[in-house]
Amino acid sequence: MSLATETIVSLRKRLLSKEITSADIVRDLAQAIEKKNPTIGAYLSVDTEAALKEAACADVSQPLGGIPIAIKDNINVLGQPCTCGSKMLAENYTSPYNAGSINRLREGGAIPMGRANMDEFAMGSSTENSALGVTRNPWDHERIPGGSSGGSAAAVGGDLAIAALGSDTGGSIRQPAAYCGCVGLKPTYGSVSRYGLVAFASSLDQIGPITKTVEDAALVLNHLCGKDQRDSTSLDISVPDFTASIGQEIKGLRIGLPKEYFIAGIHAGISAAVHQAVKQLESLGAIIEEISLPHTDVGIATYYILAPAEASANLSRFDGVRYGHRAENPVDVLDLYMKSRAEGFGPEVKRRILLGTYVLSSGYYDAYYIKAQRARTLIRQDFTEAFKKVDIILSPTSPVPPFKLGEHQDDPLAHYLADTFTIPPNLAGLPALSVPCGFVNEGGKDLPVGLQFVGKALDEATLLRVGHAYEQSTEWHLRKP
Amino acid sequence: MPKYITTIGLEVHAQLNTRSKMFCPCPVGYGADPNTQTCPTCLGLPGALPVLNLEAIEKTVLAGMMLGCSTPPISKWDRKNYFYPDMPKNYQTTQFDLPLCLDGGVPLYDLAYPKDAQKSIKNPGKVVKLTRIHLEEDVGKSTHSGIGTQLDFNRAGTPLMEIVSEPDIESAEEAFAYLISLRQILIYGGVSDADMEKGQLRCDVNISVRPEGQKELGAKIELKNLNSIAAVRRAIHHEVERQTEAVMRGEKLLQSTRRWDDDRGETQLMRSKEDAHDYRYFPCPDLLPIRTASIIERVHPRVPESPHAKRARFEQDYSVSAYDAGVLTSDKALAAWFEEAVAADAKVPAKKIANWVINELLGRLNEASSALENSLVKPTALNELVACVESGKISNTQAKEVFDEMFSSGETAVAIIKKKGFEQVSDTGALEAFCDQVISANPEKVAEFKAGNDKVLNWMTGQVMKASGGKANPKVLSELLRAKLA
Amino acid sequence: MSQPTLDIHKIARLSRLALTEEEATRFESQLGKVLEYMSALEHHDLSAVEPTQHAMPIYDVWREDESRSGFTAEEALANAPRQSSGQFLMPRVVEE
Repeated sequence: MSLATETIVSLRKRLLSKEITSADIVRDLAQAIEKKNPTIGAYLSVDTEAALKEAACADVSQPLGGIPIAIKDNINVLGQPCTCGSKMLAENYTSPYNAGSINRLREGGAIPMGRANMDEFAMGSSTENSALGVTRNPWDHERIPGGSSGGSAAAVGGDLAIAALGSDTGGSIRQPAAYCGCVGLKPTYGSVSRYGLVAFASSLDQIGPITKTVEDAALVLNHLCGKDQRDSTSLDISVPDFTASIGQEIKGLRIGLPKEYFIAGIHAGISAAVHQAVKQLESLGAIIEEISLPHTDVGIATYYILAPAEASANLSRFDGVRYGHRAENPVDVLDLYMKSRAEGFGPEVKRRILLGTYVLSSGYYDAYYIKAQRARTLIRQDFTEAFKKVDIILSPTSPVPPFKLGEHQDDPLAHYLADTFTIPPNLAGLPALSVPCGFVNEGGKDLPVGLQFVGKALDEATLLRVGHAYEQSTEWHLRKP
Repeated sequence: MPKYITTIGLEVHAQLNTRSKMFCPCPVGYGADPNTQTCPTCLGLPGALPVLNLEAIEKTVLAGMMLGCSTPPISKWDRKNYFYPDMPKNYQTTQFDLPLCLDGGVPLYDLAYPKDAQKSIKNPGKVVKLTRIHLEEDVGKSTHSGIGTQLDFNRAGTPLMEIVSEPDIESAEEAFAYLISLRQILIYGGVSDADMEKGQLRCDVNISVRPEGQKELGAKIELKNLNSIAAVRRAIHHEVERQTEAVMRGEKLLQSTRRWDDDRGETQLMRSKEDAHDYRYFPCPDLLPIRTASIIERVHPRVPESPHAKRARFEQDYSVSAYDAGVLTSDKALAAWFEEAVAADAKVPAKKIANWVINELLGRLNEASSALENSLVKPTALNELVACVESGKISNTQAKEVFDEMFSSGETAVAIIKKKGFEQVSDTGALEAFCDQVISANPEKVAEFKAGNDKVLNWMTGQVMKASGGKANPKVLSELLRAKLA
Repeated sequence: MSQPTLDIHKIARLSRLALTEEEATRFESQLGKVLEYMSALEHHDLSAVEPTQHAMPIYDVWREDESRSGFTAEEALANAPRQSSGQFLMPRVVEE
């Protein structure tokens, strides 16, 4: 059986017993990618030679020693492309430096391998906004893998990767993980360095693992977290061993179900799967109670004002002057800017830049931006209040199963509305984990459903504990497309 | 003819002399090969992030303290959004609503005015009020030529202090004095080298004119591309004339930005208010706010005596004139040199030492195009020289000659006096002998003196001086002669 | 917040994005719908609430003033669309 189908934990055992080498893993992955990527389109590029070179000198004594990890194409790895799924950076851009998170991964012995497809500049929840290729859901090739880390999730879910890094601003790790039947973790804001992550919305972005199991996620998280002196927003705290949470029981754990979430609008099959999961958690000793997050209704509006506002400034640097796409024969500097950016950016990116510029512009700043910042305070307070009563908050990761490719092409708002459960933890800076909790059948195909756990700030330990306990009490994680 | 009132406000940007840039550890420095002082952050590469430079913050707070500003308890940084090729991110990280310093003022001292205006200062002792001082990052350098525009980002990210004055300045001469005074304070504070030629100090001017009696200010017109303090003066004169003539013609002036063309001696329209940027300021999400209390505490002991305080102290403690105090404090190192010279021996009058510094030392340094730090004359040596004159050991004329030699050789006064045999004879015994000699050789002159011709005394003094080889102490000598002739 | 008026051409120019007429019309309509949706913020009284600038209430993150060498000129220019004599090159800018 191809090593590509295994988990980090199982591969580590075999590496340590010298049954296999790191190069063996790289080769099996390369083979799987060659076979399946033309259909799935999870990767934009793979530098197998570079991976083999690193594998040859892999230090197997390190906790992640010898394990290749797919990298979302918006995280800088020195010498590799960093397209961000965009024409703006697809032509001649090579990363001249390593992201902080990549250094941490390598310190743990892991090997970055391959550049995973994504919605352009992380803007989207389907990966349809990639300008460079289509990624298909491994469970149903006519459906989206989710986004914006669709390539990362499709790779892990389709066994084209052992594990992957994604980035999450409003759900971009959790939602594609849910859609592709894998585990996705967005850590507490500030836990993982953003240095080297191409910024979308600076106050919301976080890098996190997409893996096949919760234990794998804990392992990777150990080698992502930690203060980076080059990122001011990076928290200066000691990193616990997240694997210590694996195998701990959850008796007496208080889990809250927000009453505002479980209203009409959730797909029936998803609702059923989540309710089944709730029963499962109760049988494991968790105490379920209803809580209230009264400002749930403004989460999307708040996010879609703040994120585009920050993005409009973050993406101003893409002007064709120092790097990236430059239009031919511009008439003057203004023309150079206008054309290079028009040619380099896709429609969703343009929409969000325009929206962001608008809400920051003179006369509208108070009406939109400041209002949204105030709403953000209330959303944070909702969680602070709720966490006085419970340890974990539970919801479906997505209210709907993955759309068909092209289904909501001209309706950006429809996409935005599906982010209703994943957005609030980003606004509040809280950690959140998506774990497979069942399937719904659409058009004859079984589509994965994800269960989202939200924890207190810096309480990834409890998230991993409950995620693992739930996972191990079911068999969802063992199913393959 | 109606009188017109000019209202001027200045925006000065001063580069801080930190070792590293504002938001990244790249070195700050002038003259390096293009793009060799860069990194992902100051190049604005995708994924790069900023981190505040604590020393830049402290230097700004220090400058604020020297200028009498207050520092609010919390300060933060914001993004100012506009596109320009020398902007790596197409937004500048600056401070909008919570700057590091507020209020304060720049005292204008007389010597700070242009030389030809120092006798006609309208408001002596004026303190120009400041609005604020904030800390931001500099942009890259662009060079325009036939092949296009070339960009060097070495300068991008250098910490820049923006000092905004109230529209409190009334003339080009006051503006000139403001810049000289401000520059001196920044150099005193050790926060900036403030060399306008190196681009370490830049100035934009806002001018409006209105007829006397009108309360409302006229349209505010901004002037840019002023590359020296003298150019600022020229530009203001020209612009005030231009605006006044326009208003007198009945033209309605619009808020706009104009570029000063020093070669042509005129301003040209750059952009009108309609084209003005919408900067869309918002708090920078990559930087955290700061609490200034600990910074204020750390900076307090670092604040040096301000030039204006030093001037006042010199006038009081050393009895020098305001003008002389201004000269002595024009440069911090010179002031320190002077005080060291005074302290070498407190019995020597400071005022006399001041005269020597101003009239002899500075003159020679200027002539030789030499810096004070290279002077072979040391402070203690000057004190010794002045002491010799005060005690009558040598005459003033002799002292000048001694000083010349001290300046070129670095030898001490005492050594040179000995070498040249300049010691004035004050020993009355020896002098008496010379007096007796001359008196006995000139009986008819003695008789003339006794008859009431006082001028004979001078002649006799001259003779004794000659006999002594020019070494007699004139004061002692004339007393002695008078006594002998009585 | 009354009916939001989005001057798409002005915003596009501020954003330095050249739009075709078709794009301008399409985006204006799509963004108009999104902005209408923002009226959801009117459902709560936000007037007495402090805005949140950062996820965590953290202050005083700064670094010592030590310099470190970064890129060589070659590394800095590695991704430059055009360069000349160690500098980035672009069409001549008319002074602003």
